[in-house]
Amino acid sequence: MRVVENLNQALHEVLAANPRAFLLGEDVLDPYGGAFKVTRGLSTSFPSQVITTPISESAITGVGAGLALCGDTAIVEIMFSDFVTLAFDQIVNFAAKSVSMYGTRVPMRLIVRLPTGGGRGYGPTHSQSLQKHFIGVPGLDVYEMSPLHDNRDVLARMIAAERPCVFFEDKVLYTKRMHEVDDLFTWDLTDGLARVHVDTPPDCVIIAPGGVTHRALAAMRRLLLEQEIVCTLLVPSRLHPLDAAPLVAVAREAKSVVVAEESTAGGTWGAEVAHVLHRELWGVLRNPVALAHSADSIIPTAGHLERAVLLTETTIHDTVLESLK
Amino acid sequence: MTTDLDRLLLIRHFEHALLDLFAKGELNGTTHTCLGQEIVPVALAPLLGPDDRVFSNHRGHGHYLARFDDPAGLLAEIMGREGAVCDGVGGSQHILREGYLSTGVQGESLPVAVGAALHLRGSGALACAYIGDGTWGEGAVYESLNLAALWGLPLLVVVEHNGIAQTTPTELAMSGTIAARCAAFGVAHTALPADDVSEIRTVLTPLVSAVRTGSPLVVEFAVNRLGPHSKGDDTRSGVSELRDWYREMSDVAGFAEADARARDLVGSVVREVKARPLSTWGRHAVGRDA
Ligand SMILES: Cc1ncc(C[n+]2csc(CCOP(=O)(O)OP(=O)(O)O)c2C)c(N)n1
Ligand SMILES: [Mg+2]
Repeated sequence: MRVVENLNQALHEVLAANPRAFLLGEDVLDPYGGAFKVTRGLSTSFPSQVITTPISESAITGVGAGLALCGDTAIVEIMFSDFVTLAFDQIVNFAAKSVSMYGTRVPMRLIVRLPTGGGRGYGPTHSQSLQKHFIGVPGLDVYEMSPLHDNRDVLARMIAAERPCVFFEDKVLYTKRMHEVDDLFTWDLTDGLARVHVDTPPDCVIIAPGGVTHRALAAMRRLLLEQEIVCTLLVPSRLHPLDAAPLVAVAREAKSVVVAEESTAGGTWGAEVAHVLHRELWGVLRNPVALAHSADSIIPTAGHLERAVLLTETTIHDTVLESLK
Repeated sequence: MTTDLDRLLLIRHFEHALLDLFAKGELNGTTHTCLGQEIVPVALAPLLGPDDRVFSNHRGHGHYLARFDDPAGLLAEIMGREGAVCDGVGGSQHILREGYLSTGVQGESLPVAVGAALHLRGSGALACAYIGDGTWGEGAVYESLNLAALWGLPLLVVVEHNGIAQTTPTELAMSGTIAARCAAFGVAHTALPADDVSEIRTVLTPLVSAVRTGSPLVVEFAVNRLGPHSKGDDTRSGVSELRDWYREMSDVAGFAEADARARDLVGSVVREVKARPLSTWGRHAVGRDA
């Protein structure tokens, strides 16, 4: 099953389970079913719960927050995550704060879905990875889609938490298969943390959000076959707040740690993860936690220029080697 | 001399060439063609001067080609080849060139156009922003109209109303009308069909002069989007029955010759640009120091 089908199924289940669950977004109706086909079939099965909207990202996110305020479950799709900047106020200053700023906890089941990332030649305003701008907002959970995490469980967890969340979905994942891992490795999943590994203790631990899974695996394969360097990959489903304990436990045993993400340089999620690990493992880690990310640049349109900016398998490969020096 | 018909046909064949290149897998990314909407920028071209600033949107190839005689530079931009207007960095929907700028975020350019109009106020030049009907969903559009009217700015908003936004028909996205929304802000509004270049100019010449002296104007053209939103994503039926200037003008004297000329021109531009090396981008020099 492809990731897009798994996510689609997960959305079907949310809408089926609760007639007070709604999905709002631009161009989400059948037969089109959304710009990336994630919502295909939903408007046919749940016509009164799937609402196509004008091009009004700020308003529709606020509408989602309003539904959530009244006890409904609201899923808002922003066509390209780049446009979530238009909804930043509603997310940061309304939805996230409403959970707490009235002195009492207001449960909010609001999920803002964000097709994300580059690699498709869509250009500077349709290719960004803006996760870092949502890290550390009190009351807001940041999740990222992964081919190792069943989206049915991920959505169930978000809804059960009753806190507003943003869900970054790397567009490149949609057409990839679920749970497909290089046969050199085995993988397991514990409490939302996926671990891909071989039987020997790792030289390097790579920590990455779901969208980077395939690039990290490709780097790990090359490192193992060409240089006998053993890596373990850790993919958390929730990027923030981060459940650090299991990461710390694995990192403790390794010679180095690399955090890899597609975000451009500066103020990254990886810097936050590195800080947590440094604090917990100061004096235990042999080297500083290394960061792999895209360049400090806008994301160009032309393929050859885009490739030179974005995080690749090679960026991760080289960062792992560097971290072990 | 390039006639209006030449310009219309150049844009038409340019857009067809892009869809062909996509179909053959020779283009990367995405693109939005203005098939069916070519008349709007061609009619406006002589009404805009070199000091006017044009703000284009995602569907901007016609806007560019009506202002600059540069199909090769635009194609090179879209294909990431040497000689690209913006080194292939911006691509189809992010272009900057003397007095011309496009961006792919709906509604974003209107406040910027208001800023440009504020800069130009009193100079006789104006800021012209193209937007689609669907873009009237964005709140920034209304904040901009208010400011333009409040401050008496030379802002010309050109609405290409094709009745659809991606796959969403206007009826599912707009309550009321564009005319009434303009009236609410005290902004002049004119609705025009987009089928006769000289008639459009006759109507707009005095109105655009008034814009230059600080009366903002919204011109709403009724157009047909004859192509997909981007590529292979048309969910409509009956598109081939929509009115098309190309069909209607085909028995005008000289059409067949002009059509062949434009087709050949675009064909040779495509061959020539395809053969160019990939573009290079002086990222650090430009981004940091310029
Ligand atoms: C803020 C924002 N939201 C969504 C999109 C995705 N998008 C690109 S074009 C488009 C439809 C625009 O419709 P309209 O304004 O009518 O222009 P048309 O495409 O019909 O020319 C949409 C939704 C975008 N580019 N920017
Ligand atoms: Mg439209």
